[in-house]
Amino acid sequence: MTKKHDLELVKVTKRYGQTVAVDAIQHRFQPSSYTCLLGPSGCGKSSTLRMIAGHESVTEGAILLSGRDISALPPAQRGTAMMFQNYALFPHLSVLDNVAFSLKMKGVDVKERHTKAGEMLELVDLTALADRLPDQLSGGQQQRVALARALITRPEVLLLDEPLSALDPFLRIRMRGELKKLQKELGISFIHVTHGQDEALALADEIVVMNDAVIEQAGSARDVFNAPTTRFVAQFMGGHNVIALPEGHFAIRTDAVAITAPQKGRLDAQVTAVEYQGTHVSLLSRITGDQEITALVPEAEYFTTPHHPGDRIGLHWDAKNLHQLTA
Amino acid sequence: MKKLLENRNVTGWLMVSPLAAVLLVFLVMPIILIIIVSFWRATEFSIIPAFEWDNYAFLFGSPVTYTVFLNTFKYAFITWAFTLVIGFTVAYYLTFHIRSQTWQIALFLLCTIPFWTSNIIRMISWIPFLGRNGIANSTLMSWGVLDEPVEWLLFSDFAVILAFVHLYTLFMVVPIFNTMMRIDRSLIEAARDAGASGVQILWNVIIPLTKPGIMIGTIFVVTLVMGDFITVRFMSGSQSANVGRLISNDIALLQYPSASATAIVLLATVLITIGILLRFVDIRKEL
Repeated sequence: MTKKHDLELVKVTKRYGQTVAVDAIQHRFQPSSYTCLLGPSGCGKSSTLRMIAGHESVTEGAILLSGRDISALPPAQRGTAMMFQNYALFPHLSVLDNVAFSLKMKGVDVKERHTKAGEMLELVDLTALADRLPDQLSGGQQQRVALARALITRPEVLLLDEPLSALDPFLRIRMRGELKKLQKELGISFIHVTHGQDEALALADEIVVMNDAVIEQAGSARDVFNAPTTRFVAQFMGGHNVIALPEGHFAIRTDAVAITAPQKGRLDAQVTAVEYQGTHVSLLSRITGDQEITALVPEAEYFTTPHHPGDRIGLHWDAKNLHQLTA
Repeated sequence: MKKLLENRNVTGWLMVSPLAAVLLVFLVMPIILIIIVSFWRATEFSIIPAFEWDNYAFLFGSPVTYTVFLNTFKYAFITWAFTLVIGFTVAYYLTFHIRSQTWQIALFLLCTIPFWTSNIIRMISWIPFLGRNGIANSTLMSWGVLDEPVEWLLFSDFAVILAFVHLYTLFMVVPIFNTMMRIDRSLIEAARDAGASGVQILWNVIIPLTKPGIMIGTIFVVTLVMGDFITVRFMSGSQSANVGRLISNDIALLQYPSASATAIVLLATVLITIGILLRFVDIRKEL
């Protein structure tokens, strides 16, 4: 059943000559939710987003929005709007005219489109800067203009291509809060492409992890982080050890690994490095078979029984924290 | 001496002085000389250093001057319009329709090949083509389009403008191409995302962003056409005149003061024209 505002990818494939950028991916996005497409560069996440937006043709497959196939429609008729990585603001137009651009293209007269653009600027809190040119704005302000310009078309789905990558770390955290808030207020779907797993965890209702042109795993942020199903996801999300045991490959969170005296734990190991990280201490150790295991120990706990490189220790964990990996 | 060289002001002045010297000797001095000579007195057989306005008075008093200046503007304007349309189209095609950079550069170089020969040769090569029994006329007659050769192809305003357009279109292509290549492609996607059609993108995004290049090309073409005399002489068969020909005729008659006065008025006219053009577009970003 496809409901309103429901976006679905059906065996969507993108080929550039011989190279397969996106390989028959299949996914239904939750309506009115914040989804992050997460993956390393070159994994096909941007191509996927650009195909949804209509800036890249679909080689095979279909993209359904509210039940109709939009994969052959021009970008403006799809019910999507895109916010570009570098914002792509028109440098010769004022902030107000940038936001009003799509209305101008539709032939809306000056007065009406300026009123509507003004309302949009109010939404992103930029009314005071309406007459400025884009290069007179800071990165964060430019981003909000780009957001207003995308939203004025009243899209069902807003597509964001690495929207925070051009900002400094402090601003990035603030803007991601604003993005999330805006999504909740508007109640439309946001699809956000990123390569930062912290960004995805902080923002997403649903994370879709991509690698090598396919979807590795999709699910809620908590599910993807806590129960990775593949070795790639475990390593890419971070905070996990991937261990090869006789029964197969397993992922275990670094903070679920406890330190015991030698012979007392499940495995014996030798400490190779200790890193103080403020709230936690990261203990890098080597087990038989030359595998490295990281244990993240709360700071206070570590300093009651400190260990040093070269020490023999035992490693212990609850069996329920061990997740078997399929690949 | 050592102390003097360590002074940053002195080093600064030393660094600009070669260029300043070149400009002074080869640009400023000749202009000053022309200004001085333009006030001298000339008779049929002598030139006398003086300071009098006779040359200017004669220039502004003669109706020929106005006709010739008007004609010069006419050539400049028509040539500008054609080179702009052709130059913009070529630059647009190279920028947005040729995908690979290798091909862009290859085709761009192809555009410049005619410029490897001298202006005069390129101009003269039109003559056998356009003449009364030239290639154009005989071809059109053999196709049955014409019954008898058309006369206005050569030695006419048509021929002058054709030669100007041929000679100077590249000066329009280069700056426009340069500006266009700097347009961020995502702006065009953003415009398409906002529902703009091809024509709307051209009018609302590409043309406004190409304005500085258009302006630089315009300055090139206008100054070149307004200062030209040889094209007008050859292609009009000495039947039309522009300011350049006025000056060259004066020089041929050894009327240097009069030629100088005309040159100064032409220089002022061109500078005013450019001044007006620069009011419309800020080209500083491009330089």
